[in-house]
Amino acid sequence: MAKRDRLSGNEAVAIALRQINPDVFPAFPITPSTEIPQYFASFVANGQVDTEFIPVESEHSSMSAAIGASAAGARSLTATSSCGLAYMWEELYIAASNRLPLALALVNRALSGPININCDHSDSMGARDSGWIQMYAENNQEAYDNMVQAYRISEHRDVRLPIMICQDGFITSHAVENIELLEDEEVKKFVGEYNPENYLLNPECPMAVGPYSITDYYMEAKRNQAEGMRHVSQVVLDVAKEFESLSGRAYGLFEEYRMEDAERAVVMIGSAAGTTKDAVDRLREQGEKVGLIKIRLYRPFPAAELAEALKNVKAVAIMDRSEGYTNHGGPLGADVMSALYRAHADALAVNYIYGLGGRDVRVQDMEHVFEALKQMIKEGDAGETYRYLGLRE
Amino acid sequence: MSYNFKETMNKPERLAPGHRMCAGCGGTIAVRNVLRGLHEGDKAVIGNATGCLEVSTFTYPYTAWEDSYIHNAFENAGATLSGVEGAYRALKKKGKLDATYKFITFGGDGGTYDIGFQSLSGAMERNHDLVYVCYDNGAYMNTGIQRSSATPMYADTTTTPVGSVSNGKPQNRKDLAAIIAAHDIPYVAQTTFVQNFKDLHMKSEKAIYTPGAAFLNIMAPCPRGWRYNTPDIMDICRLGVETCYWPLFEVVEGKWVLNYEPKKKLPVEDFLRPQGRFKHLFKKGNEYLLEAFQKEVDRRWEDLKFRCSR
Repeated sequence: MAKRDRLSGNEAVAIALRQINPDVFPAFPITPSTEIPQYFASFVANGQVDTEFIPVESEHSSMSAAIGASAAGARSLTATSSCGLAYMWEELYIAASNRLPLALALVNRALSGPININCDHSDSMGARDSGWIQMYAENNQEAYDNMVQAYRISEHRDVRLPIMICQDGFITSHAVENIELLEDEEVKKFVGEYNPENYLLNPECPMAVGPYSITDYYMEAKRNQAEGMRHVSQVVLDVAKEFESLSGRAYGLFEEYRMEDAERAVVMIGSAAGTTKDAVDRLREQGEKVGLIKIRLYRPFPAAELAEALKNVKAVAIMDRSEGYTNHGGPLGADVMSALYRAHADALAVNYIYGLGGRDVRVQDMEHVFEALKQMIKEGDAGETYRYLGLRE
Repeated sequence: MSYNFKETMNKPERLAPGHRMCAGCGGTIAVRNVLRGLHEGDKAVIGNATGCLEVSTFTYPYTAWEDSYIHNAFENAGATLSGVEGAYRALKKKGKLDATYKFITFGGDGGTYDIGFQSLSGAMERNHDLVYVCYDNGAYMNTGIQRSSATPMYADTTTTPVGSVSNGKPQNRKDLAAIIAAHDIPYVAQTTFVQNFKDLHMKSEKAIYTPGAAFLNIMAPCPRGWRYNTPDIMDICRLGVETCYWPLFEVVEGKWVLNYEPKKKLPVEDFLRPQGRFKHLFKKGNEYLLEAFQKEVDRRWEDLKFRCSR
């Protein structure tokens, strides 16, 4: 039986974690993710979970301890934002290369500097090549649902890779929304027991983790990681299907919103998709053929599926909530354009940088983007493909 | 705690031969003898900061470790074992594990005094039930003898080279054992390879079986970095102790205990002379450097005696 509630995104993720009852949770505070360990600490204090909560002295140590715990055979996780993620950068690669299925509740926040506590995706985008699975949410419900599904994907024997469950700082982490929670027992049953095959605390067979590996083996290790990543999309879809039968909420690799006959489309990640849906609805009412694709799974990148979804589109705007400093756009722009190129797509494509450091994106901003796409189609040319949206001139 | 040398030495090796550490390496001697502190039948998870020890004992696909072992990175051996120990408590609580495990992590002085200092301090302050062992050879030996905050004053290292206007490292070494003692953890000790290893064996067992956090600082000479005749390692260690450069002490529940006081304290130059890294101190005209070194050793020794007298 689903329970209706009104929760912030942080609280929703914390409740998902209480229901999962992980073994080890090392954490260090950083705005805007602080509330997740804070709520969780109260669950620990009130005996609602069995988890060993380790309040460490830095994010580098929170990820290091999560890695130690996971290697030891425990289900572990941490939570962070922005500079906290940057500080644990080295460890992200180590978690992934050790094939450790652990979770990170990431609340997206701009990287310094200037120091800024508000949302953009520069933190997680910088970690996109670290070997972690990355999954993003539009709203609090999705943040909760993704967290419930996280370990099923990460621990799958064909995958065994760490997973980053991302949501937008303040916009979803602190805003309170209506949400449907699953029953504790349902979540417990859905997530299941964690029984790793090899782990440090296996009395039957000791294990060594974290070898020195030189040129004769390093490349094979990396290729094996890629092999795990190749299985992620199918596992994500399988887990989503099972989750749908439990919750009634359907998930895929990305969400297609009013894309059936769309000639113009926006591709984006995160909470601004909600705003864009309003813009799409307004324009659809005026008979405009516009749609939205919202990426849920960003790593691995669903390139072929995305190109297929965009195959009848005449113009597409790819929205990046982080800079790439390539002088031609952001990371999502590069990924989508590469997918279109491989699929020999004809769509005109333009890449916008928007919403940096929490810069608000409004419905009329997104209407402006769709208008720009219309202009591109009319002129038969994309013009400047690297643009900024909502910049103070 | 009773001690039987023969029994201790006859325990099975937990670091198998065939690893790639240098002949005569102090780090390896430290590890093998610390692990003799484990009771037979007890299992262990060994942690390790990046360094010579890690790259030479766990070169894929070979491992020299008989116990479960985890290397994570250079600066986080403390935090990594915190997580392993947390997992142990969680699995015990959930009834998923019966065996008794002990947690011991090794780091060189670079990974302990310097880059891993914060992670170590955190693990000690949180009082995890683990032992952090620093095998202190007084420089970043793995990367080629660069100075660390454990490097003694005037040592010739590749980042404090002796030159026409340089006498080696200009600063004193950090007193890490005292800093860790200031964390008020249950057990801190300093030792090295003397007295047929009795001091090291007993302190290791005590550290491993004291509930809560424990820290061992072991002077572990590096023949490459210190430039002495490799077979002379035991003499070097003995001189370190007899000159009071490296005193043997422990801090048990906040109480400082001096474990050994030489009958006749030898001048520190006896310890420095056999080491190539201090060769320049014995050049004519540099007597004042030796005097300054001796003065610092004396000051620290008096300070330690005062702490232990309270």
